[in-house]
Amino acid sequence: MPKLSQWYIKLAFGYLLAGFTMGALLLAHKGQPIHPALWSWLPAHIEWLLMGWTAQFTLGMAFWIMPRFWKAPRRGNTNGAYVALVLLNAGVLLASLGPALRLSPWALIIGRLLEVGAAVAFAHAIFPRVVGREG
Amino acid sequence: MPLQTRWFIKSAFVYLAVAMALGIGLASGMVVQLPLWLAYSSPVFFHLIMVGWVTQMIFGVIFWMFPIVTRARPRGSERLAWATYILLNAGLLLRVLCEPLNAMNPRGVWGWGLVVSAVLQWLAAVIFIYNSWYRIKERYRGD
Repeated sequence: MPKLSQWYIKLAFGYLLAGFTMGALLLAHKGQPIHPALWSWLPAHIEWLLMGWTAQFTLGMAFWIMPRFWKAPRRGNTNGAYVALVLLNAGVLLASLGPALRLSPWALIIGRLLEVGAAVAFAHAIFPRVVGREG
Repeated sequence: MPLQTRWFIKSAFVYLAVAMALGIGLASGMVVQLPLWLAYSSPVFFHLIMVGWVTQMIFGVIFWMFPIVTRARPRGSERLAWATYILLNAGLLLRVLCEPLNAMNPRGVWGWGLVVSAVLQWLAAVIFIYNSWYRIKERYRGD
């Protein structure tokens, strides 16, 4: 597994833990009230598990297992995938903490823009590797 | 494919089918009056998909495909993998049962069922991460 995939997947595991922890608190709160402010963390719970865990894990796996080139560099130009890692995680943090901490609405908008940037950057890096056996 | 992975993946497909069936039930609320337990099952629908299908499928595939630890102990602790499977599914099934019943009878015994469900699913995630973390690495190249 390449180093960059390791980063994606370790960060995804971090969001899995954060998302399940918040989800457990919210579920327990439904059964036995803990604190009313917990509900403001529902969007963060969703963001961490959808984007931080599932989407990030998928990108890490894609970078690892998509076909490689016959000649070095075997995974092509990887800059876009590195940029996507940074943009995605900055975006997830902004889009989740913005609503939860009642920051400016711009936090959510900028977070989403960063996530779009991550998608474009990763697609730019991975498209040349979406090929058949003949290349 | 290891036995635990087969259980994870087959269970994931069952949850997917059940979630889709529940989705039909919830959608039919547009045209008929739903029984209360069904009307309160929207969160169950989403979690059957995201926990029962997506996360469980990923857990199974990780246990199967991630780089091995050593040839003697390729996938880490098999007991912890079983613990993850049992805790995740017990927690999710308990939620499926208790969530609509708690919505109909708040603060009753079903509420404690949700608390137990939350703890079981959280433990499943913690144990899974613990058992998988050291397999996020380069390919195994011998001892």
